[in-house]
Amino acid sequence: MENQKHISMPVRYGINTTLIVLFLIMGYVLTSSGFTNRAQTSLILQIGIYIILAVSLNVATGYLGQLPLGHAGFMAVGAYSCGIFWKSSLASALPTPISIFLGLVVAGIVAAIFGVLIGIPALRLKGDYLAIITLGFGEIIRVAIINLPSITGGTPGLLGIPKHSNFIVVYLCVVFTIVAIHMMMKSRHGRAILSIRENEIAAESCGINTTYYKVMAFAFSAFFAGIAGGLYAGFQGLLVPKSFDFMASINILVMVVLGGMGSMIGSVIAATVLTALPLLLQSFNTYRMIIYSLLLIIVMIFKPSGLMGMYDFSLSRILERILNRDFPWKKKKGDEVNV
Amino acid sequence: MSKMVPVKQSYSIVPERDYHKSPILEAHHLGIDFGGLTAVDDFNIAIGRTEICGLIGPNGAGKTTVFNLLTKVYQPTRGTILLDGMDTSGFNTVKANQAGIARTFQNIRLFKNLTVLDNVLIGLHNDINCSIPKALLRTPSYWKAEKAAKTKALDLLSIFDMQDLANAEAGSLPYGAQRRLEIVRALATNPKLLLLDEPAAGMNPSETAELMENIRKIRDTFQIAIMLIEHDMNLVMGICEGIAVLSYGKIIAKGTPAEITSNPAVIEAYLGKKEG
Ligand SMILES: Nc1ncnc2c1ncn2[C@@H]1O[C@H](COP(=O)(O)OP(=O)(O)OP(=O)(O)O)[C@@H](O)[C@H]1O
Ligand SMILES: [Mg+2]
Repeated sequence: MENQKHISMPVRYGINTTLIVLFLIMGYVLTSSGFTNRAQTSLILQIGIYIILAVSLNVATGYLGQLPLGHAGFMAVGAYSCGIFWKSSLASALPTPISIFLGLVVAGIVAAIFGVLIGIPALRLKGDYLAIITLGFGEIIRVAIINLPSITGGTPGLLGIPKHSNFIVVYLCVVFTIVAIHMMMKSRHGRAILSIRENEIAAESCGINTTYYKVMAFAFSAFFAGIAGGLYAGFQGLLVPKSFDFMASINILVMVVLGGMGSMIGSVIAATVLTALPLLLQSFNTYRMIIYSLLLIIVMIFKPSGLMGMYDFSLSRILERILNRDFPWKKKKGDEVNV
Repeated sequence: MSKMVPVKQSYSIVPERDYHKSPILEAHHLGIDFGGLTAVDDFNIAIGRTEICGLIGPNGAGKTTVFNLLTKVYQPTRGTILLDGMDTSGFNTVKANQAGIARTFQNIRLFKNLTVLDNVLIGLHNDINCSIPKALLRTPSYWKAEKAAKTKALDLLSIFDMQDLANAEAGSLPYGAQRRLEIVRALATNPKLLLLDEPAAGMNPSETAELMENIRKIRDTFQIAIMLIEHDMNLVMGICEGIAVLSYGKIIAKGTPAEITSNPAVIEAYLGKKEG
């Protein structure tokens, strides 16, 4: 233990920041230089949006341990708030980057407010009941959008939203989301959220205000769903209520479940694969629901905790392993825990 | 400050050194009904500030229910609970803990998928001073608070010599170690009164002997009161200064270990059945 090489915190942050910046620059160059065609670029942007949706739902599902079915509702709230803001004369008067930024902030905050409003009553219920009430919320939002045509454009949709969602905007949001969730989860607040999933009575007995943390985690999750909605608005250029129906929520949930509830990297991988597949394989869409059900059944039978279980990716942990020549496959059985 | 009450007059089992300090916990006529079933009735007790006190009784006597009442997992149907002189009516479990009551569970309730260290850090939750914005921005105060908490957690784990297990998954620990971890987690919440529900269950005799030593050590180091439910009579008689015996939800005897072992009512209701 004593002679282990550790990567110090500043170095860790340095390595991760460098890689993120390199990734953003590379992506920007590839998408803007014409290396990727329009379809490919649009796929990359959609993947980014779905990554945000999946990792944010993972906060409520994987970390908090609840089963909300209304994530698309929060996305819708964010999408319409952002779309309406970007269309407004105020936004066009502002410099574009500021207007983009403000729109996404508005999207996140409005969705988070809805998260609190729906979370307070919903989180008093558990399991199936919570699923049903959040499902109802998602549908109410959609019906409300349809019935407020003066604000939302109704069924024909909200048209003419500026297409602000380019690679940098989307992936800055992806990075922001992942980093913020990571920072939250590796703090006393994140541990409090996990403790509720693990054992609510024990969490309360440890003096953790479970009601507060449930609502907080729910709002936190909704905040990023709102941002994803905003990005979606700026990606499509128009919004129709149908995009935010019950199936959209289920789609996101499937990603989280397949990726592994409680694993951020799992959500990222599943969101990437499940977004890319339908667009790469034309026939996929026809059989989409069949494939999803089969995948879910297979995963539930062979790996009920999902693809990555609760594993969370850490580059520095891997680097430390390499530095210490401590590979998992070299580990002897008895090494684990001896009491 | 609550006034000094000569506890001895009303309750018989507080040890001498705590006589002239107000009790850490008083229960008056505590009772709870589940539908038609009266699980606990007219439960009166006072616990000295540094007392180790035992709560024993046959299976189903209502011992765990008493713990659930004291920690507000259940709201009492009747009676009052005073913690350090403060009326706890209207408290929930969270508030009861913040006011100074921590506990372990008969059916272990660890955060199984988290590490041993995280379990203790969750116990330290209210001790760590770091707001959400500070955590998200990783300000220096975040690092300071996390580091201090980790040091404290490892210190607490070292009571049971468990600091080397810090990164093990709590659910993967052997039974005895899980029980010890629950005690550490409870201690981390900085209680004035620690409730242990069958801490020695599933432990072998040498583990139990070690546990006895450690319970005493915890009391001496932290100067807190400990109330424990236990079926292992060696442990109870060995470390408890006062014992209350519960049968069918009622206290049938209170006294020192010597008084309890020779009490005919106890022998009939409890020891008589168990040890013939
Ligand atoms: N939530 C509840 N609802 C209904 N009855 C309950 C509830 N909790 C406890 N009881 C009943 O109260 C009685 C006392 O139970 P309790 O668990 O307190 O016993 P105990 O003394 O801890 O027993 P053991 O030694 O087996 O742990 C039992 O008859 C039990 O069935
Ligand atoms: Mg019990």
